[in-house]
Amino acid sequence: MVPDDRKYTQEHEWVQMEGDIGTVGVTDFAANELGDVVFVELPEVGSEFSQGDTVGTIESVKAVADLFLPISGEVVEINETVVDSPELVNSEPLDDGWLFKVKLSEVEEMDKLMDATAYGELTGG
Amino acid sequence: MSDLSDLKTTPLTDWHQAHGGKMVPYAGYAMPVQYEGVLAEHAAVREHVGLFDITHMGEIYVSGPGAEAWLDTLITNRIAGAALGKITYTAMCKEDGGVLDDMLIYHLADEHWLVVCNAANHAKISAWLTDHCPPEGVTLNDASFDTALIAVQGPDSRELVCRLGILDGMAAKVEGLDFYNCFTIDGPGGQWIISRTGYTGEHGYEVYLPNADALAAWEELMATGADLGVSPIGLAARDTLRFEVCYCLYGHELGEDITPLEAGIGWAMRMKKPTFTGKEFLAAQKAAGVPRKLICLEVTGRGIARQGAKVLHDGQEVGEVTSGTFSPTLKKALALALVQSDVPEGELVVDVRGRAIDCKTVAFPFLSARTKGDPRAERTLP
Repeated sequence: MVPDDRKYTQEHEWVQMEGDIGTVGVTDFAANELGDVVFVELPEVGSEFSQGDTVGTIESVKAVADLFLPISGEVVEINETVVDSPELVNSEPLDDGWLFKVKLSEVEEMDKLMDATAYGELTGG
Repeated sequence: MSDLSDLKTTPLTDWHQAHGGKMVPYAGYAMPVQYEGVLAEHAAVREHVGLFDITHMGEIYVSGPGAEAWLDTLITNRIAGAALGKITYTAMCKEDGGVLDDMLIYHLADEHWLVVCNAANHAKISAWLTDHCPPEGVTLNDASFDTALIAVQGPDSRELVCRLGILDGMAAKVEGLDFYNCFTIDGPGGQWIISRTGYTGEHGYEVYLPNADALAAWEELMATGADLGVSPIGLAARDTLRFEVCYCLYGHELGEDITPLEAGIGWAMRMKKPTFTGKEFLAAQKAAGVPRKLICLEVTGRGIARQGAKVLHDGQEVGEVTSGTFSPTLKKALALALVQSDVPEGELVVDVRGRAIDCKTVAFPFLSARTKGDPRAERTLP
């Protein structure tokens, strides 16, 4: 089940909007593919990026995946809990395992992201 | 998902797929990389017992008068004089000292030996043996595709292996089996070998058996071991388990461009043997000084150093990481690295995708093995 309260990217990240702040995390599918996450590197609060920029890494025992910024803007908060407890990315990827929050500079970029139906099709259901 | 349909299977492939095994290509086989997750599987082997399908390993029987003497000319260690049932760990080298593979050699009967090599090197070793002209009377029988191999590893492995119906009444024999020894037994589909070996650093067994017997044995172990907490273990945890106890893995710490001396397995060389392939080079390297050494690193900065990460000392590149990951038992990022021999102990830097991360040398191994003695001995943690 892909929740329809947020948007998704080809890189298996999600963005949930509240006002002009987007919360970013990785999807269940990504968490499963990665396996047990043991290390998360997040961008610095206050840094500004463009859509698609590499802003961090997420590492499991076996693999390294880059984190991309799904929407342009300024990083306003990072999830310190997930830095200390990376396993949250596996156990609660859509909730407590969120990664960082971005103040959007180009709100219309959200329209280019996938909705739940499209993302569900991408990941085979 | 890559296409797995062209890959070789084992008698347990269907079982793995039916039980959540995530299958990946490995040395020409579709093998399970994990089931419930690498951390849980790793812990299961350290604390209880786990089953590994390692049927992909190569098994070549070398038999006939002169087999022992001939094999001894091809390996760094010595099998002459090995008692019946004894298992010898050895490297097989090229003339230039590079390692073709590391392997186990089983003394099953007089002039009847079993060479067990890595799956990725199976074709190469099979060809190397054939090309080195076994003497008249010595036959090579490659049984790799007829032989299944199940590893039973962990502090409860002895209890579990003893529950196999085929070993009924043989508990004393299993308990008396010392590390790196084996015995054979007749199974329904042919001969089994019960071997006190493994690749996890825990008390364990490796059971060689005919393909036809494999599924029933695996299911029997899973069923009778339920109260012991037995779990199927994938290749990912096999790697983290061997890594913590610093066992070399071919393609990482061992390769054709690395000598046994550099990899720290000089203890498996017998320089007093009259001859073996690579001996001259290795003797010269030993005399002149080994150019590189394997070291243990703990990453003290934030990050994980993995294979290929450059190691720097005073800003100069001095080597690279051969294996590195997050250690599930010690809960920190650790790495093995092959570096210039003159690199001192202490603080170093690893380049992780362009980022300089602090690390320091630590004692070998990261975690002490419990392969001998009390399977539940307290570990001395660094």
